[in-house]
Amino acid sequence: MKILFPFFAVIALVLLAVAGTAANLHFLFGVVIPYAALFIFIFGMIYRVLKWAKSPVPFCIPTTCGQQKSFSWIKQNKLENPSSTLHVIGRMALEVLTFRSLFRNIKGELRDSSKLVYGSDKWLWLGGIAFHYSFLIVLLRHIRLFAEPAPAYLFILEAFDGFLQIGIPRLFATGVVLLAAVAFLFLRRIYVPQVRYISLAADYFPLFLIMCIAATGIIMRYFLKTDIVGVKELTMGLVSFSPVIPKGVGAIFYVHLLLVSALFAYFPFSKLVHMGGVFLSPTRNMVANSREFRHVNPWNYPVKVHTYEEYEEDFRDKMKMAEIPVEKE
Amino acid sequence: MYNGGKILIGIIVFLLFAAFPFYNNIGKVSAKPEPKLDTPVIQQLAEKKCVEPKEFMKAEHMQMLNDWRDAAIREGKRTYVNSEGKLFAISLQNTCMNCHSNKKEFCDKCHTYAAVKPYCWTCHIEPKEKRS
Repeated sequence: MKILFPFFAVIALVLLAVAGTAANLHFLFGVVIPYAALFIFIFGMIYRVLKWAKSPVPFCIPTTCGQQKSFSWIKQNKLENPSSTLHVIGRMALEVLTFRSLFRNIKGELRDSSKLVYGSDKWLWLGGIAFHYSFLIVLLRHIRLFAEPAPAYLFILEAFDGFLQIGIPRLFATGVVLLAAVAFLFLRRIYVPQVRYISLAADYFPLFLIMCIAATGIIMRYFLKTDIVGVKELTMGLVSFSPVIPKGVGAIFYVHLLLVSALFAYFPFSKLVHMGGVFLSPTRNMVANSREFRHVNPWNYPVKVHTYEEYEEDFRDKMKMAEIPVEKE
Repeated sequence: MYNGGKILIGIIVFLLFAAFPFYNNIGKVSAKPEPKLDTPVIQQLAEKKCVEPKEFMKAEHMQMLNDWRDAAIREGKRTYVNSEGKLFAISLQNTCMNCHSNKKEFCDKCHTYAAVKPYCWTCHIEPKEKRS
């Protein structure tokens, strides 16, 4: 159920786009839905980030796994235990660009039915980084549909991406890697019992969606050969706010477009929002300086206190009569 | 809101990336490319037909050129039989470019528009044209 529901949801999206094109609703699927999806994506992301920013961080909770700043003759681990903003920037950069904390992933296993052993497990890191970087490059390559003339970086990316010169149009390695990585991330959820147990529909849906997006993209480029000039006319119309619906662009393009729109619109309300969330995780972005500076809980309200001096002031006479020593005569 | 300055910088950077295609196109006009077919050789043709039908050529020309290259260079086959049974010499410069002698007005129109850089001319000699 957790797998079948998201699977059929994606299939339903595909069929919806096919039906929409057959019913001649090109303007709805080519213009209205993409605009709406982008609007939801941008404002949804801003909404999520502002909502996070409004939540106070009550405690100083950076996760550390290295020597804290101490005496000058004890070497500090600046990346694992940052003591200044600069260290935090270094730590965050490595986290965002290389998924450093995932690289430390370990796996526990029972050996000989009694010994629990732990070992390094890099497969998730490898699948994750292959997926994220190939998706990024695929996304950046799409600029050729949104800029005229295309920026110079596109040709550098494509030269590296297609340098194997397999077939015509040249095979882009990232397309294959993206599909393989997403398949790996999916199979991992199916085959590892512990991961399967904790996987929800919300985990499978983006995987199926991205799988379908990559598959339709590859089909359009290498097999069905969509009319690229027509597609660019449509996309350029979108980004210059003068939408046009060119003739001769096949249903497969509208399927791709609807799936991408679904991904964009779904993004801010799903686990995918970790794109923004990674920057706002207190365990990563806080400075571990709790011994230098007191971290004041922002939601502390002023507490009414009655000090001993005030107490003595109130009861001095009675205390003296009872021969209780007082601090001030 | 906490850390307002940093949050604002983050949101601005996000918007700069997300809205790049929109502000990048302000003030730029992009017209649909119209590849030109009026070369002297095409004008003189009795039947204005390419090697294969137009729709096929539009979608599959790159695949065909690739097959032609493999046929000519690797297998030594120099004749192509099209879907109507007509014979053509397998040659980019002597067959294709004979009619489409206007590379700048024909090939480059769509290729530039779609940001495609075919590597035909890393081996073949580019036809010399007067700069228009």
